[in-house]
Amino acid sequence: MTPKTATAEPQKSGASGSMTPEAAWVEAMKFENRPNPYRFFDELRKTPVAHVGNGVYVVTGYRELMTLAHDPRISSDMRRMKARSAAQGDPEAAAQAGTDPSLGSYGEHGNMIASDPPEHDRQRRQAMRHFGPPTTNHLIPGTEPDIRNLANQLLDTAKAKTRIDVVDDYAYPVPVMVICKILGIPLKDEPQFHAWIHDFMMGFDVTAEGASEEGKARLAKGQESMGALAKYLGDLIQSFIKQPSDAMLSKMVNDKSGPDGPMTPREALTNATLLLIAGHDSTVNTIAHCVLTVLRNPGSFELLRSRPELIPFAIEEVLRLETAVQYFPSRSATDDIEIGGTVIPKGSPVHLMYGAANRDPKRFANPNTFDPERKANEHFGWGSGIHTCFGGPLARLEVNLALETFIRRVENPRLVVDPPPYRHSNVFRGPRHLLVDYDRIRD
Amino acid sequence: MSTATSTSDRVADLVTSFKNNGRIVIVGGSLAGLRAAEALRDEGFNGQLTVIGDEKHEPYDRPPLSKQVLKGWVPGDHTLLPRAREVDAEWRLGVAATGLDRKTKTVRLANGDQVPYDRLLIATGVRSRPWFNKAEAGLKGLFTIRTSEDAGRLQVALAAKPKRVLIIGAGFIGSEMASVCRELGLEVTVAERAAAPLIGALGGVIARVAAEMQREAGVDLRTGVSVEKLEGDAGGHVRRAKLSDGTTLDVDVVVASLGSIRNIEWLEGAGLATGFWGVGCDAGCRAFDVNGVVTDSIFVAGDVARMPHVLYEYQFLSIEHWDNAVYQAKIAAHNMVSLEPERKPHLPLPRFWSGQFGVNIKGIGIPSFGDQLVITQGSVKDRRFAAAYGKRGRIVGAITFNHGKWLEYYEALINRSAPFPPPAPGYDAPAEMKPIPAEFPDPRTATALPTVVLTGHDPTDRAATFEPARR
Repeated sequence: MTPKTATAEPQKSGASGSMTPEAAWVEAMKFENRPNPYRFFDELRKTPVAHVGNGVYVVTGYRELMTLAHDPRISSDMRRMKARSAAQGDPEAAAQAGTDPSLGSYGEHGNMIASDPPEHDRQRRQAMRHFGPPTTNHLIPGTEPDIRNLANQLLDTAKAKTRIDVVDDYAYPVPVMVICKILGIPLKDEPQFHAWIHDFMMGFDVTAEGASEEGKARLAKGQESMGALAKYLGDLIQSFIKQPSDAMLSKMVNDKSGPDGPMTPREALTNATLLLIAGHDSTVNTIAHCVLTVLRNPGSFELLRSRPELIPFAIEEVLRLETAVQYFPSRSATDDIEIGGTVIPKGSPVHLMYGAANRDPKRFANPNTFDPERKANEHFGWGSGIHTCFGGPLARLEVNLALETFIRRVENPRLVVDPPPYRHSNVFRGPRHLLVDYDRIRD
Repeated sequence: MSTATSTSDRVADLVTSFKNNGRIVIVGGSLAGLRAAEALRDEGFNGQLTVIGDEKHEPYDRPPLSKQVLKGWVPGDHTLLPRAREVDAEWRLGVAATGLDRKTKTVRLANGDQVPYDRLLIATGVRSRPWFNKAEAGLKGLFTIRTSEDAGRLQVALAAKPKRVLIIGAGFIGSEMASVCRELGLEVTVAERAAAPLIGALGGVIARVAAEMQREAGVDLRTGVSVEKLEGDAGGHVRRAKLSDGTTLDVDVVVASLGSIRNIEWLEGAGLATGFWGVGCDAGCRAFDVNGVVTDSIFVAGDVARMPHVLYEYQFLSIEHWDNAVYQAKIAAHNMVSLEPERKPHLPLPRFWSGQFGVNIKGIGIPSFGDQLVITQGSVKDRRFAAAYGKRGRIVGAITFNHGKWLEYYEALINRSAPFPPPAPGYDAPAEMKPIPAEFPDPRTATALPTVVLTGHDPTDRAATFEPARR
């Protein structure tokens, strides 16, 4: 039997009554509400496309988000937003409005997540050729043995104990190993770039908290670290240009046979930054959220252990409920757009709130329920439209193998703290630690 | 205990009783028939369910037949449809339905059996149009493609490295097969009576792009010609084709890709609104009788159905698309076991796709309903673009070449009959978005039949007496 009535996270009482969209947005983005922003998303969704102050529009309705994710009047080119804000002569308002300099090389030079066609399409083709079908058929499936081995090793290590931090000791090492191997980044440098990426995430905040004094300090540190990461990856790219290897990053800058030629070192740098960050952070958060959700819903662990064929569906359901990338603050309207009873004025930043739309009751019955057997689960956990998650097929494999191994080997796991402490970022949302007690680890 | 049973209680009892004890017969064991059977069980129908199909195979998928199967990637008999759920049904496969008696509510089978029904679903689909000359139709090396056997045989013929393949007809299927031939390194001639490939479905402007794609890939594309005669050698194998422009081609394999014929002959004498375009039905999938009066117990789904559509001036549409079969089957199944207030309309926005010459073509709505076209996104030269079709100032369809991720945008515009031309995109748009004539051929000319056909207004426009087709 599937436990269909359990809630996906503990409900706090005393929620909100009726709030303005502006107030609901502030609450939803507050760090203290990171474990459960959803009741504020419910408030926001009363206006599926809402102005939340400072000219920013947030989209929380499923249908409205679907439409805007495919609307060619929604731009992802952050330079466009910057140029316009500068032209309006109000840098302070521009920062407030979401044109955040903390993106550093994440958005500065327009990598594929922060650019529009035709540049976006060309970059994505130039990268995809070396990652997936039809040109590269075996790279992703070829990672399976390594992932399986590492997941098993990590649990072997945990045999001597009865408590594990699922984030640090299980979820993190797997995707980092895989993305480093694929891109050609030496794994030995991991502690260094892990710290840089941590600083970037801390500073990456377009909301009110980001505009506070502490937020500005975090931003400055994040920018400094992104500079260091750019230097590191830039040197690596130069070394690949001098001495090509089989790694994806090397192929991207040395490709002579593709229809679009090689990527410039500058574009390769911004895209490598994107792939390195997205390639492991979101996967870590998803693995941790999978374990959290399964253990938080009584009967689910037993269900998935007895019917492992449901694991892929359970993972999609976790992506719906606990969307790893809650939104990405790169988008703006290139024209006045009328949608959901609202007119988004030309030039406004538009945040597509995937995590909120994923719980729209007009699209998903019992939206807060974890149901591994949910039908037609077309959630936005991977985004939608031309910017749909580039690494999704790899992440799916990683999360499936990690969760499957965990469920098969860990005996009687229990959450120690629920909700667990969360990471700071309101964009890349996930537990900072996830302590789980267990009886033993099976062979 | 109260003796007064309310009307709604009695109605609910009727529905429950039908769901438990009723008999439903589905004629047609392909995509629409299978999905309808599954949907009926999903709807809680626990009665007797019979699926009748003239092919002996379990339901299989046809789109791969003109692509992956011909390339030799997948054997012709390896495209069985995935099952969405268990279906407890009696499958009578390999025996065709040959008649319908609406008075006694029975379906007659080729082996003489009579199958009684309370509710009937007609999902008999279409078959490929055979070569017009009966004497030539028996030549070895002449193929049509619709079934898995067709595809299996043609794959063997292509794998034998014929010196030249002739494909007659450049609709989607003919064009896909030409693409496969070039991928296999085979010389191929495509003969099309109209001015360009895909012209019926996409209009002359886009058809010229399709023609360029064929020629660049090395297809010997000949348009505005018909094939008048096929000649065989002493062994009865096709060797030559005579074209209407006076030329002769030496060929080893000929594929007649001439569109389809709706499988309605078995309904002769049943008094339903059948004809060249299939079986007329309302938007709830209920069949019309010959007078245009809706029937209560007979439903239609898939390629064989033609139904009115609110978005297209209530014109009757015949839609030979994969997803139409799936959705119409589900709506039909729902309505077969539901009473009036719960019935749903089948008002699909048609979607279709094709893969050819390295280009992924995806469309939505009904381009051929439009008379104007505007390139909205991307570059035609690079074969990466989106185009919208309009009629009288509103958008009615869209087509994408390697730009399928934008389809939902056009879907939303078409759904709300948004103005045409649509607003300019913020990037990657042509310098000037100027609507131009889409150049569709007159639908009455006997060529270039698109896979979505507008078949005119209400059937009562037509004579209400039924003239059986001569066979």
